[in-house]
Amino acid sequence: MIRAVFAIAAIVLGLSVALAQEDPIKARKALMKANGDAAKVLADMSKGDKPYDQAAVNKAFATFQDAAAKMPSLYPDNTKDGDPGDQFNASPKVWQNMADFKARFVKFGDDAKSTGATVKDVDSLKAALGPFGKNNCGGCHETYRVKKG
Amino acid sequence: MRKHLTPRNLAIAAVLGAVAGFAAFWIVTIPATVSAAALPPYTPNLANGKTMFNVGGCSSCHAVPDKDPAKVDRTRLGGGLVLPCPFGTFTVPNISPDLVDGIGNWSEADFVTALWDGTAPNGTHLYPAFPYGSYRHMALADVRDLFAYIKTLPPVAGKPAGHDLEFPFNIRRLLGGWKLLYLTGGRFVPDPAKSAQWNRGAYLVGGPGHCAECHSPRNFLGGIVESERFAGGPAPDGKGWVPNITPTGLGNWGDDHIAWREKDIASFLDDGMNPAGDYAGGAMAEVIQNTSLLGAEDRAAIANYIFTLPPRQGPAPPPKKR
Repeated sequence: MIRAVFAIAAIVLGLSVALAQEDPIKARKALMKANGDAAKVLADMSKGDKPYDQAAVNKAFATFQDAAAKMPSLYPDNTKDGDPGDQFNASPKVWQNMADFKARFVKFGDDAKSTGATVKDVDSLKAALGPFGKNNCGGCHETYRVKKG
Repeated sequence: MRKHLTPRNLAIAAVLGAVAGFAAFWIVTIPATVSAAALPPYTPNLANGKTMFNVGGCSSCHAVPDKDPAKVDRTRLGGGLVLPCPFGTFTVPNISPDLVDGIGNWSEADFVTALWDGTAPNGTHLYPAFPYGSYRHMALADVRDLFAYIKTLPPVAGKPAGHDLEFPFNIRRLLGGWKLLYLTGGRFVPDPAKSAQWNRGAYLVGGPGHCAECHSPRNFLGGIVESERFAGGPAPDGKGWVPNITPTGLGNWGDDHIAWREKDIASFLDDGMNPAGDYAGGAMAEVIQNTSLLGAEDRAAIANYIFTLPPRQGPAPPPKKR
């Protein structure tokens, strides 16, 4: 029984790794979408649209850390063009400044961890979310995301 | 009668007509200026000048560019940024207070003339890539405060290269014709039927903030299509699409069809996150850098005005290929 579980787990793991390798563009888009959804959860609470929920806060910051860990390997050289028809794409600057690009994800993950630990209620969320988003999300999009034309 | 229509007389008439036409063209395209006598004594308010500087987005174009936007110094206005557009390539000039390469030698009247009339101190037309079509709506006091504030910034040496435009757009005099067509209205006039907040927003958006310059479609002469003002269009540099910010666009946003609320606009101008949880990139990220430095009441005023714009359908963005 245990062996079967391990075998299935290994297959699932291998498959997901293979899928990720097969289509890093889809994988990085899905992670960014998850980031956006998590940011929206936090913003809804920060703007007072939804009641404060510590579990949801923790989950959002965990989503950011997960993405920060997975994203850097999803930009191989053969994915510069992105998917056709998308509104946005990674800028050529990603590949020109790969070291900086990867360093930003390290910082993003570190910030998500440390900032997440400071958020205990609506007020601490309000104080933390703006600077966290500006520095990590906005700052990186400004340099490394472009509109396709 | 018939003998008057000799080839010789026809030629004379043609020449006279051409001379008259050219004279008329020359007269109507004379660059307008504001004289120093039109400026009464004034003590500038530097704090307000800085606010105008931030709303106006001066740094976004005029700050010396860097590969890493985080390293750009907002106060060093040496220019050099290259702006491609359908008519050629503009290189942003130096407007730091440097006496030789910047605007350190400009009089206050020169500065007001540039912002209100799009005319350079040497009497030639400026290209409307410098958004004087919006800046001309600014109040005199705000323009003077802005000039005083820019004078406090560090002089930066170095003159960037000139513009590289295709014929006939490289003939500056022709801009006089463009101005006749598209340089309309004067200083902002408040609407007494609307709130003070709305009027402040209308002033900031239509004047110094110059939002419509990118968020509107333009015709083949580069003029804003008035009936579709704020309804979005192709980005000025040809890359991607600038969104419709009338309720037609903001009320039905993105793949999830989210409706922006007034407070979403205000918080977006502060932290750059739209109500879908996405963060602005590119040119709008630079705008956020400016608007995030404003007071919360100015962001709320802009949001109030934008939120109450009349709904307008703009040009259709290119379809998604899938």
